[in-house]
Amino acid sequence: MLKIKNLHASVEDKAILKGIDLHVRPGEVHAIMGPNGSGKSTLASVVAGKEEYEVDEGEIILDGENIDELGPEERAHKGVFMSFQYPVEIPGVSVTNFIKTAINETRKAKGLEDMPANEMLKLIREKSELLDIDRKFLSRSLNEGFSGGEKKRNEIFQMAMLEPKLAILDETDSGLDIDALRIVANGVNKLKSEDNAVIVITHYQRLLDYIVPDYVHVLHNGRIVKTGTKDLAHELEAKGYDWVKEEVNA
Amino acid sequence: MELKEKLVSSFMAFENMVDIDSPVHDIRTEAIKTFEVEGFPTKRQEAWKYTSLNSVLKHDYSVFPKHEKALEFKDVKKYFLHEIDSYKIIFIDGKYSSHLSQTTHDGIDVCLMSSALTKPKYRLIIENYFNKIASNDGLSSLNTAFSAEGAYIHIPKNKLVEKPIQILHFSTGNESALMLQPRNLVVVDENSHVQIIERHQSLTDNPILTNSVTEIFANKRAIVDYYKIQNDKSTASLIDNTFINQKQESIAKVHTFSFGGKLTRNNLNYYQNGERIDSTMKGITIIGDKQHVDHNTLVHHIKPNCESHQDYKGIFDDRATGVFNGKVVVEKEAQKTNAFQANNNVLISDKASINTKPQLEIFADDVKCSHGCTIGQLDESAMFYLRSRGIPEKEAKALLMFAFSNNVLDSVKIPVLKNRITRIIANKLGVDIGFDL
Repeated sequence: MLKIKNLHASVEDKAILKGIDLHVRPGEVHAIMGPNGSGKSTLASVVAGKEEYEVDEGEIILDGENIDELGPEERAHKGVFMSFQYPVEIPGVSVTNFIKTAINETRKAKGLEDMPANEMLKLIREKSELLDIDRKFLSRSLNEGFSGGEKKRNEIFQMAMLEPKLAILDETDSGLDIDALRIVANGVNKLKSEDNAVIVITHYQRLLDYIVPDYVHVLHNGRIVKTGTKDLAHELEAKGYDWVKEEVNA
Repeated sequence: MELKEKLVSSFMAFENMVDIDSPVHDIRTEAIKTFEVEGFPTKRQEAWKYTSLNSVLKHDYSVFPKHEKALEFKDVKKYFLHEIDSYKIIFIDGKYSSHLSQTTHDGIDVCLMSSALTKPKYRLIIENYFNKIASNDGLSSLNTAFSAEGAYIHIPKNKLVEKPIQILHFSTGNESALMLQPRNLVVVDENSHVQIIERHQSLTDNPILTNSVTEIFANKRAIVDYYKIQNDKSTASLIDNTFINQKQESIAKVHTFSFGGKLTRNNLNYYQNGERIDSTMKGITIIGDKQHVDHNTLVHHIKPNCESHQDYKGIFDDRATGVFNGKVVVEKEAQKTNAFQANNNVLISDKASINTKPQLEIFADDVKCSHGCTIGQLDESAMFYLRSRGIPEKEAKALLMFAFSNNVLDSVKIPVLKNRITRIIANKLGVDIGFDL
């Protein structure tokens, strides 16, 4: 589904990703872990198409197509979704109207008519129940005054509505208490299928108790330096990242 | 001949056309003298520092249109709020169109200034209200000198006028260049409520210059909602001089939607002559090309325990320029005044500009006055967020700009008007998305 080959990326001439290789197949869950500043969030943003990052070398291939040159909306139309570490507050746009616009613009890009209003309402109801979201919440301005937990839940709600092929969860666990973490993880698991894939970016192992990865990759200094199974996550949790760094530098 | 000289020398001809026995004859004569002295404002005057009239004064305007031209409703329907029942006072090239209008004398007077200035039954109102609050600057004086036509609205006490009143001025291009001087008088007596929508619409590419004066009197506990739609052609310019006198516990709200025109100057002046008055001014300006919109507001707090609220949003693209100059005067007697002023702007292009200037003159010591102005660009991280959800760049931009200006629409009480403004905004931003936010 997603093939990243020798990806180098920089921001303002500062190299951040220095040759990433990653292959994600349908139905898989990949975890990307690593210390602060290792390039985890950059990797997520580059795949999602954030324009301030420059791809200097390498390729990002989605379903056989190179998506390097596509704008973020075009990637979204092809099924890429990123759950933001820091979702942006947008006063004046309600959650409902935002998601309606997102869905209908995606449909428009695929040559489909707008989703009928009753169908949209039904879908919103269904997905908000899945994530235990209060209906009143949906008429509030997008992320404005939301608690950390509400913001993250809202991200997963959007993911549930948009049903992406490839979901990248960037530090979705940060700022969540254990109950919210469970609800969010549960939501992600319910959306999981044989046809889609998830990349979980996290600093800590605790989210991976709920969203169990098939592969765990350790990112350090812009490269994937180690790949293993979920046991690797436990090992990192117990021993920290220093031993990985030492192994690399040895 | 310079426009000023032309106007001054046309005054005699004008006087011959109108009834010089009218009580306003002396007022007009006085006004033309004032105009002769004052002339048109220039950039040397502080209040006109950022707005030059040179480019609009250079045309050889006809001062009185010679021919009358009829318009069919179907051809201009789109400029009306036709979905709702309303009173209509319609002018074509400055002349009243009875064909398109719907006036009334049934308990309220919604009719013509030309009647009010000449018929004895209106004499008392004219004597008490006409030209009582319009200032004697050059432009207002010019309008007063040539005041003959416009809307006359008198709502006696305890009337809730449910149907909005639409005032529309069309210009057809019958003249190669036309200058108009519409004069409106709105008197709302005790406990009455009225809603007025005003629009100036050119149907031609010939230059049009409108110098309008509106005097509004909101008497005790009256409520006045006034909406100005400024979405004219790029060859039409408007100088709107509005003066509002409020008595105790009255509420007067003016919404100004400026989306078009070559040059638009809004001189909006409030005088609070009573206690517990609410004065609200709101505006959305969305312009591009080389358009220019200047909001010049004044709130004069004279009595204690009153409020004023100003909220102006501006979005400027291309080489468009904007001005906001908000003056608030709080007299010594006006204790416990609450005066708020906000002017927020987004510049879409590097070449667009806005000059914003709050001006507070406070002589009372127990008041709450706040003002804030911002000038910014569209938030890049918000753009990425929206686009990453599949909303294309243009639509994302439009959504953010609409969200930015949205709160100004909250207080629009006529749903059909709100929809119309929303559609004009979507159109202006070049998108086709439902902003049912």
